Amino acid sequence: MKFPIYLDYNATTPTDPRVVEAMMPYFTQTYGNAASRNHQFGWEAEQAVEKARDLLGETIGGGGREIVLTSGATESNNLAILGAADFYKEKGRHIITSPIEHKAVIDPCQALEQRGYDVTFLDVDDDGCISLEQLEKSIRPDTILVSLMAGNNEIGTLNPLEEIGKITRKHGVLFHTDATQAVGKIPLDVEQMNIDLLSFTAHKMYGPKGVGALYVRRKRPRVRLSPIMFGGGHERGMRSGTLNVPGIVGFAKALELCRDEMESEAERQTALRERLHQRLQAELDHIKLNGHPTQRLPNNLNVSFGYVEGESLIMGISDIAVSSGSACTSASLEPSYVLRALGVGDDLAHSSIRFGVGRFTTEEEIDYTADKMIFAVKRLRDMSPLYEMVQEGIDLSTVNWTPH
Amino acid sequence: MAYSEKVIDHYNDPRNVGSFTKSDDQVGTGLVGAPECGDVMKLQIKVENEKIVDAKFKTFGCGSAIASSSLATEWVKGKTLDEALAIKNTEIVEELSLPPVKIHCSVLAEDAIKAAIQDYRKRQETSSESTASA
Repeated sequence: MKFPIYLDYNATTPTDPRVVEAMMPYFTQTYGNAASRNHQFGWEAEQAVEKARDLLGETIGGGGREIVLTSGATESNNLAILGAADFYKEKGRHIITSPIEHKAVIDPCQALEQRGYDVTFLDVDDDGCISLEQLEKSIRPDTILVSLMAGNNEIGTLNPLEEIGKITRKHGVLFHTDATQAVGKIPLDVEQMNIDLLSFTAHKMYGPKGVGALYVRRKRPRVRLSPIMFGGGHERGMRSGTLNVPGIVGFAKALELCRDEMESEAERQTALRERLHQRLQAELDHIKLNGHPTQRLPNNLNVSFGYVEGESLIMGISDIAVSSGSACTSASLEPSYVLRALGVGDDLAHSSIRFGVGRFTTEEEIDYTADKMIFAVKRLRDMSPLYEMVQEGIDLSTVNWTPH
Repeated sequence: MAYSEKVIDHYNDPRNVGSFTKSDDQVGTGLVGAPECGDVMKLQIKVENEKIVDAKFKTFGCGSAIASSSLATEWVKGKTLDEALAIKNTEIVEELSLPPVKIHCSVLAEDAIKAAIQDYRKRQETSSESTASA
């Protein structure tokens, strides 16, 4: 086993060596600007980009001409939301989303609120699921866009995209999905699911950082966006800027690999995730799974360990890379907004750990992680006044705490 | 974020973890913080003739919170109550090289010392009152 063990695949992934290999010629040999129309360097770069574009589009059920290449999912989300809001502002100024979207969706929505748009944040239940009924009831004559993610980055819960797409299509409202965590992990089809705009990025699927894409539907209906970046008119005017040719080539290679290995990898990673969860459940009391038990990303496990603070837990497993819902490191001291939206108490939110397994995770690493977690949780509970009080039968909600 | 060596040392090898019987007249208990803020400290002192002869703690919180309370128990031992009351959070910050975002951990440790002493003194008052009335 190699240390430290990486179990933060929902944050980012290593670039697969096969992807790096595919990218290499585009740094030093085929280095032309894909927008250069006058020479072979440009033509070859353009050819590589177009081939990549086709693969990216076709893998999600669309076409290459529907792909706008960007710097990553944050830009794709911003372009989708701000671009659609501006282009369709005469039609209406109402957007529907959820409180557990990534900040790259929530923040542009809030920026639009400042500009006079109206944003509805749907309710989510304890598992992070929205209600389709509430979604349909929230659609108004001035609704232009529904933005709901495919799979949640913190808790892994999947949205029922096909059902959402049926509703948005029925009402003639655009459907954007931030599929950053889902593309390459679960089957997605923009036709079958009636998705009009879909954001995704390379670095979550063993591709390089700094390159992403936005799928923009071209027909039935043709989706139009106002650009948020102006310049040379690249990407049919929707996104100016010289194309990151090696990145784009790597992005396509990464998706190709994920597509080809999707079924077996989803199964393998789900088994690893379940193995870890079962070990933790068997040997520790007061633990809680965050997110939906089955409708979740294959590689995500999010668990709260009651009466133990997340950051101290991470310190106790210093040779394992995971992330915590505790924001003790940030100045705000606010725990995860996603867990709070689910109604998870702040104490349990502070106690949450997100494990993300991936392509290079082994069973041996999972067993080591389970052992280490169990040891660390038990040790910290031995020094936790909360755990002691609970053992003594004290109801913590009746204690007169002194918040600071 | 990187922790100082001293924080890591206290985290790996916390001093004086445990509990005294709360009802013991010699014991003062301070319980400060709140679970929703991500840190709760319980600091207990055992007092003989106005002198702290022993101390124990339990902490729910980050590594810096654990280290701050562990250090606090070390520092109060052997001190008189008045000497212990004079311990400042800034001394804890300095000793553990806490970064600005972790200063609240040291404040909490100072509060825990004060709360334990206050609790001890309150108990002395009530027990002497009950002896007087008896």
